[in-house]
Amino acid sequence: MSHPLSHTWSLTLSRMRLAMRNRAFFFFSLIMPMAFLFGYAELFRRLGPAAMLYVLPMVLALTVMGTFWGLSVQLVTFREQGILRRFRVTPVGASAMLGSSLISNYFLTLPTIAIEFYISRSLFHMAGLGNLLSVFILVTIGIVTFASLGLIVASVTNTMQETQIINQIIWFVFLFISGATIPFPMLPRMVQNVAVYLPATYLVSGLQRAMIEHANLLQLGSYLASLIGCGLIAFIISAQLFRWEAEAKVPRQAKLWAAAAVVPFLLLGVWETVNGDLRSHAMRNLQTIREPYTLERMDR
Amino acid sequence: MLLGATIEVNNLTKRYGDVEALRGVSFAVDEGEVFGLLGPNGAGKTSTVEILEGLRTPDGGSVSVCGLDPQTSGAEFKYAIGAALQATALPDKMRVHEALDLFGSFYPKRRGTQELLGRFGLEEKRTAFYSQLSGGQKQRLALAMALVNDPRVVFLDEPTAGLDPQVRREIYDIIEELKKGKKTVLITTHYIEEAERLCDRVAIVDHGKVIALGTPRELKQRSAAVTRITVRMAKPETNGALSKLEGVAECRTEADDYLLYSTRVPRTIVALVKHLEEQNNELVSLEISTPTLEDIFLELTGRRLRD
Repeated sequence: MSHPLSHTWSLTLSRMRLAMRNRAFFFFSLIMPMAFLFGYAELFRRLGPAAMLYVLPMVLALTVMGTFWGLSVQLVTFREQGILRRFRVTPVGASAMLGSSLISNYFLTLPTIAIEFYISRSLFHMAGLGNLLSVFILVTIGIVTFASLGLIVASVTNTMQETQIINQIIWFVFLFISGATIPFPMLPRMVQNVAVYLPATYLVSGLQRAMIEHANLLQLGSYLASLIGCGLIAFIISAQLFRWEAEAKVPRQAKLWAAAAVVPFLLLGVWETVNGDLRSHAMRNLQTIREPYTLERMDR
Repeated sequence: MLLGATIEVNNLTKRYGDVEALRGVSFAVDEGEVFGLLGPNGAGKTSTVEILEGLRTPDGGSVSVCGLDPQTSGAEFKYAIGAALQATALPDKMRVHEALDLFGSFYPKRRGTQELLGRFGLEEKRTAFYSQLSGGQKQRLALAMALVNDPRVVFLDEPTAGLDPQVRREIYDIIEELKKGKKTVLITTHYIEEAERLCDRVAIVDHGKVIALGTPRELKQRSAAVTRITVRMAKPETNGALSKLEGVAECRTEADDYLLYSTRVPRTIVALVKHLEEQNNELVSLEISTPTLEDIFLELTGRRLRD
């Protein structure tokens, strides 16, 4: 069997094996999300059983967003070490190489997601599971999108150092102003105005709506469409800009192409600013965890 | 240009910024031939071979491998070739058998991992990580990977560079086996011994040009390079008579030895024996060294290969 799909699959299995032998990967893909889960759960748990329904989506979003780092950084290392050029003399194409990043990221992230669900339910007695289909689809599309965004950074940066710096900047923005670490309604209004242009914000909000409001795929349609659009554009541009050789530098002009990946969220952000309901949903969902807490206090 | 050659390189040019790496390289390699590109570092060997592998695009000229253009022929071309790059790198945590399994999975026709491990003496290292291999083992793995698809044409870019002599000889045995197996092999090297021992024909490359091409024997015959006769005598000679012997172009002394550079070896030897008899001197030892490709390179460029 020798077909681009079979190449992608062989590479996927190989890269999953390599990732599992990498301690740093284990730390960022399993240990760190678990630390967040236990930390948040401890912080929010006393607010009532409904709190876990608010906390888990934040942790799930963090886990999904982690694929932004994942195997795309591994590709930069491969390129710098001259590993990619050995693949170039084989029938393997750029799409198979990039595709294997997405698929291995997906399969490596799913077990963490499942463990997070299991712990939330069994250890922290999470009330209900939300709309599981919506959560599953959001997680799936989220992983593909964030891993593709990682690929696009890998494609437009010339060195590992450059990749790390740009990734850190984007990662911190995703982390702190999307609602994944600080609940969206608690962010200053000005920050919220920026956050509505970030894919991470819609991932967090979408997951919270799926878990708390049981939102179905139709209700999350605009979020999903923007995530798919962003992921698709990022993947196509990454394939176009893909370089096998460390010495092949990306033209400065080509870096602008990368900006095309943010177009779906620019549109969604404008729409959200004019007549969106993300803020009201976020506020309502945050209040769901406060209610038992308030009642508890009133009882005393 | 040979008709129906497996590898054809025609007037190839390549420039990196201000550096003209290739300045009209042409040669052809027949089916089943082991062809060597011999030259110092920076001569343009790797640029040539990487254009043939499809890793680089030429600025001018044309190349074809098995009748295919490396830049446009896609998978068909990749199935036909195997390559051991100048520096083959793999992920540190990839095991030896995994590398062969993975690269083998890219081809419709492939050699078994077990067979390759056995042939390349890597059975014991089967489950070792790439980072745990010695330089020689890494190079043997690179060669095994180059043959994983049983290719028609094999490119070996400096396959023994930096290896110790024993490992180098092991690699020679492997290449000689490829030769017996009628594979077309293009090998780049700056080791004279390698080119002379392994190659059916050699192109000497310098400053991006082929400056001589032929079998190692032809090159030596065509050369004006002289044969060196190393002589040791019972009594030292002081009057410079040796340099006047028939056929001697130059005479030098090196410790107790006299080095006679001769263009007509048989006549020089006859004259030498006569001279010794006349001087009532005796011959202790005599050694004749024919010119090497190194001498030819020196003659053509005025530099040594390792300069």
